[in-house]
Amino acid sequence: MDNLFILLLFPTLSAIVLSFVKSSSLARGFGLGASLVQLALTIPFVCAFIPNAEVQFEQALPWISTLGISFHIGIDGISLPLVLLTNVLIPLIILSGFRKQHTGSFYALILFMQTGLLLVFTALDAFSFYVGWEIALIPIYFICALWGGPDRIRVNLKFFVYTFLGSIFMLIGIIYLYQQNPNKDFEWTSFIHLILSESEQRWLFWAFFLAFAIKIPILPFHTWQPDTYTNAPAAGTMLLAGIMLKMGVYGLIRWLIPIVPAGVAAYGSLVFVLCIVGIVYASIIAFQQQDAKRLIAYSSIAHVGLISAGVFAWNTTGLQGAILQMVNHGIIVVGLFFVIDILEDRTGTRLLDGLGGLADRMKKLAAFFLIIIMAGIGLPLTNGFIGEFLLLKGLFQVHVWAMAVAGLTLIFGAVYMLRLFQKTMLGPMESKYGAVKDINGYEVLLLGVVVILIIVIGVYPNALLRLSEASVTRLVQQISF
Amino acid sequence: MAAIITLSLLGIVLLYIGLYKAKKALLPTTLIGLLVALGFEICDWGKEAVPLFHGMVIFDHFALSFSILCILLTALILLLSKAYFSAISTNIAEYYCLIVFSLTGALLVNAYHNFAILFIGIEIMSVALYILAGIRRKDLYSNEASLKYFIMGAFSTGFLLFGITLLYGATGTFDLSGLRQYVVDTPQGISPLFYAGILFMLVGLCFKVGAAPFHFWVPDVYDGSPILITTYMSTVVKVASFAAFLRLFDYVFAALNDFWTPILLAVIVITLFVGNISALMQTSFKRMLAYSSVAHAGYMLFAILSLGANSASGIFVYAVAYSLSSVVGFGTLILVKKYNGSDQFIAFNGLGKSNPLLAVTLTLAMLSLAGIPLTAGFIGKFMMFTTAMNDYHITLLLLAAVNAIIGVFYYLRVIVHMYFKSAEEGTTPFVMPLNFKMVFVIAAILTLAVGIYPQCLIGLF
Repeated sequence: MDNLFILLLFPTLSAIVLSFVKSSSLARGFGLGASLVQLALTIPFVCAFIPNAEVQFEQALPWISTLGISFHIGIDGISLPLVLLTNVLIPLIILSGFRKQHTGSFYALILFMQTGLLLVFTALDAFSFYVGWEIALIPIYFICALWGGPDRIRVNLKFFVYTFLGSIFMLIGIIYLYQQNPNKDFEWTSFIHLILSESEQRWLFWAFFLAFAIKIPILPFHTWQPDTYTNAPAAGTMLLAGIMLKMGVYGLIRWLIPIVPAGVAAYGSLVFVLCIVGIVYASIIAFQQQDAKRLIAYSSIAHVGLISAGVFAWNTTGLQGAILQMVNHGIIVVGLFFVIDILEDRTGTRLLDGLGGLADRMKKLAAFFLIIIMAGIGLPLTNGFIGEFLLLKGLFQVHVWAMAVAGLTLIFGAVYMLRLFQKTMLGPMESKYGAVKDINGYEVLLLGVVVILIIVIGVYPNALLRLSEASVTRLVQQISF
Repeated sequence: MAAIITLSLLGIVLLYIGLYKAKKALLPTTLIGLLVALGFEICDWGKEAVPLFHGMVIFDHFALSFSILCILLTALILLLSKAYFSAISTNIAEYYCLIVFSLTGALLVNAYHNFAILFIGIEIMSVALYILAGIRRKDLYSNEASLKYFIMGAFSTGFLLFGITLLYGATGTFDLSGLRQYVVDTPQGISPLFYAGILFMLVGLCFKVGAAPFHFWVPDVYDGSPILITTYMSTVVKVASFAAFLRLFDYVFAALNDFWTPILLAVIVITLFVGNISALMQTSFKRMLAYSSVAHAGYMLFAILSLGANSASGIFVYAVAYSLSSVVGFGTLILVKKYNGSDQFIAFNGLGKSNPLLAVTLTLAMLSLAGIPLTAGFIGKFMMFTTAMNDYHITLLLLAAVNAIIGVFYYLRVIVHMYFKSAEEGTTPFVMPLNFKMVFVIAAILTLAVGIYPQCLIGLF
């Protein structure tokens, strides 16, 4: 059972079976069961993982041997937290869709996407990475476009084309690296040891960066994101914000910076500034949002802006913070979107002006919501605090002003998050909501798991940090610019 | 060679079957004949290939693999023909016989080793199609298609013949080995006639594969011909033409690439943009596929632009991917046109609900044409990009990337219509006939198989 392929194979096979299931109750049971089995299958890898800098559980199969392509996967300290995040969040995301009647294809698409995501996080071969990168896009496109909001067709076309644009340039970059590679293969280890001239690295930087920046999204490339999030079904938003955008950040750490350090030296500071501007910009827009989902979408841009800035700071603290905060953000954002989904289900609106005072009627929800909000703000003892602290410390090592401006995120975050809470839960309640029901059953379960994760990581972040520490330290020593 | 003889005989047998009005026997006989021919081709695999009949033809792996692909595609297309031909005409034996004759020509084109055979092959392949394009005699569009195809075909053959003549004038031979020897022996003193010959051959072949700016016949001919004939034209004929193109340039003209690379580069860039932008503007699915086939010709020409070890396998994988998807695309169109009466995109509305299998296979075909991983189309595109990178045509690749993005727009449009829009008023859901189901499932499985494990095809060369 310690063959890493099983983690990729199992969701795929489950997805194939599920796509033939018509009955919605059977499909949801099967979907949840499959995702839980997948989570259980992950546990042996976590237990057997030795927290050093080596790549472990490596598996390589010849794939297209004529072109030197092999299906090469493995886990190190940087990928393990993300693999874990994916496999923990997928059952929660499946659970969040239980209110609605879905056929098997809905769950099949989620599980199929899981395969793509895991392939991205484990690939050690650029071709396999690209395949995972693209096949994660197809299911999410269908999830958002089939079960999405009123404007879903136009918005998702934009989303699809935008992300495809980024990745096709990355493909050209990958092929160029292959051409330069004396070993004639697509291995990660060969790519990072390539000797490339500075002008080559400069254009390669953009070829890769575009793909990652669109996915994350970093400031000028973010225009697809708010619309797509707003029009996606709850599960789709969670997949996008919770896991998919981490593909981009992971890409920065694993591929972009190690392969083209000179390119990063040339343009890194520009991107660094873009990230920090993005934090402030997105926060200010988040203040003014009426639509709760849109508010969280913009807050998400601000949060990942900070994470990306931490990556480009390129020191151990910043990177550790980035990896931890990726996991945290995934957990928090799933919780937030689920709360919004519950509110929309109960009251029929997401607009802040139409809500208010619901804490009276929904006491349990208000309690969970408050903890998640606190984690979003970064209050001590929640997971958000540790991540943001490390990120800001990492930024401080680069430039004190960078830290100061990025640190505004703490204040801004408090403003828009508390506004969200206040406008929905506190104040006078409209009389028509007198009969709304509090959360129950699986909703409590889901939010409970989220809150437990928030507090456990908040109190003992070392459980995650020690996994990645050795890998991050070595990466920073190896690659400098 | 046995395959070519089998197919020639099969054509004659089919005519006799038609004469004795045994309509039911036509399709089975054709399929059995195709299988026998396929068997002969496979038997020849692995044998040492030497030019036969005084250097007229050669059955190397290149010729055999393209021939096998042509035969398989013809079989798939003919499987769709059940009840199709009889609906539009009473003399259906002619269809089968002409298609088989045309296939014979395609096999000759795949295996030529002498310009005489190239010319004869192209003529056999095309003349049968001139008739097939216009076989709905009372339909104005069909007549237009036939006339256009005939005039353009004759025109391009003229270019080809003139090119052959000029090459003969410079070298005194029609034989590919002789021509190659000429290029190798006289690297400095190559006659201007020879260069002019290359130019004419290039133009003639670009006509045949439908590359811009020689593509103007493609949309009208594809649009006007009966859909099944269009399918045949856009797959088998195109595959064979590309095989001829690659063989000539790889084997003979490779050393002179300094001369023809800039011209071909211009052709490719124009083809990509014209094909994709025109396809984007279409409201008819059939015309969209026609223009997209122009665009795909542009991608396939990458392999000829940067000749290398993987050119042959690259173009073969691309041809497989493109042909399989085209068969599914046009096949769907036959059904939609028959039941919904229109070939516009809106006729596809609601197919996702009413015909899930059809929608899934067509989606897969469109994703394959768009070049999304895990489908054969991605591997084809990837190999083409890799080949072009051999010579560092980075600007070309960036332009190709822009085109790939344009492509996504119109391929996704089909998916959007099938899944996200509800059916038009007045259309009734239909049941997919069994033979369509079979062909579509085979095509989908092959598309995925090549996409997931392409080594089985790439390793052939």
